[in-house]
Amino acid sequence: MTRCEIQRKTIRRQVLLGLACVAALAATSRWTRTLTATSADGAPSAVTIDNFNFGPRSVAVPAGTTITWTNHDDVPHNVIGTDKSFASPVIDTDQQFSHTFETAGTFKYYCSIHPKMTGEVVVRDPE
Amino acid sequence: MAKKEDEREMDRRGFLECMAWVGTGAVWTMASGILKGTPLEAAAAGALKGNGGLRFVQISDSHIGFDKPANTDVTATLQAAIAKIKSAPERPSFVLHTGDLTHLSKPSEFDTLQQVMSELNLPVFYVPGEHDVLGDEGKSYLQRYGKGTFGAGWQSFDTDGVHFIGLVNVADLKPGGLGTLGTEQLEWLEKDVKSLKSSTPIVVFAHIPLWSVYPEWGWGTDDSAQALSYLKRFGSVSVLNGHIHQVMQKVEGHVTFHTAMSTAFPQPAPGTAPSPGPMKVDSERLRTVLGLSRLSFRGVNHPIAITDVPLIDAS
Repeated sequence: MTRCEIQRKTIRRQVLLGLACVAALAATSRWTRTLTATSADGAPSAVTIDNFNFGPRSVAVPAGTTITWTNHDDVPHNVIGTDKSFASPVIDTDQQFSHTFETAGTFKYYCSIHPKMTGEVVVRDPE
Repeated sequence: MAKKEDEREMDRRGFLECMAWVGTGAVWTMASGILKGTPLEAAAAGALKGNGGLRFVQISDSHIGFDKPANTDVTATLQAAIAKIKSAPERPSFVLHTGDLTHLSKPSEFDTLQQVMSELNLPVFYVPGEHDVLGDEGKSYLQRYGKGTFGAGWQSFDTDGVHFIGLVNVADLKPGGLGTLGTEQLEWLEKDVKSLKSSTPIVVFAHIPLWSVYPEWGWGTDDSAQALSYLKRFGSVSVLNGHIHQVMQKVEGHVTFHTAMSTAFPQPAPGTAPSPGPMKVDSERLRTVLGLSRLSFRGVNHPIAITDVPLIDAS
């Protein structure tokens, strides 16, 4: 085989492998969920904590979405569901907390350390 | 006739002398064989003590465990505060710590705090801040500082005729709310002061301000009005708080409100920054905005004297 043919074969193998990986990942429901959450309706699955505020303060997602909170403040915060259905441990600077919202409903939460900080997750039925 | 007038003269003089003592009790003490009488009021406020008056110190918000840019060594600045207390010309009787002893309620943080405070060799009375009750609803805090307290850590004690009340307004905080005292604690407070004479000086200490400093930043207590109503009849009430990491003072009738500096890091003045978080200042300036407060009582009709002392004087 010429060098060109070997190179082409190698590249084709790599591309096929790559495509196989993508297909495998796509087959896992997690990635599909994320794609649905961000692409289908543009709703974020990430909430940041900056200057004692949850941003965005209200997020709307389909059931099954995992929301991840990231604390950017120099003080710890937490995320406590007012109906007690979820409660984070203390989230220090640059730490994260994730929770998957399996059922539909409006889930209000607050920081129990700084209770003026409030937010909500509005969960609709899965697509 | 003359004799009668003389007698009357004597009686009038004698009567006036007696009247000077009407309405006052007196405590008679013997010292070096000399009988000394002191009006009861002054006695109650501790004027019998050596140099006269009750002296104590307030420190607050040591945040042991905090290590961000605003102060990378909060243990050192707390130690500086302790050194300043020890070097005072007049030794205080005890120290009040108005909360946020630690930053994350970790056992190692409580350990370090206890170690540093023990260098004082003075009694210390604590109330928790919201940073002291993280993750375990205050169990670690109560394990160390709960002795002699009730509920989430409230307590009262008497010294030198002054009634001290430590309140906890950082437990069970409600969404969207401010500090909270709660029904159980309010009921305890009402009973606690019920049988005190209105002339008893009262000192209340709690973490979050018991007056509305800046609700937008959570700087206030939802049900403090009810607590203060139980203290309305007292001639001298001092309310000592922390949480806001700066000195603020207000006088309303017989009530003096005061917040102390932090020993760890300053926070912005109300509304001057996007949030109440730790405020970075130039390193030369840091110890001029951290410090403690010296408090003293002279007598029941004198307001409490408060001096805020930075770790280093601003030049």
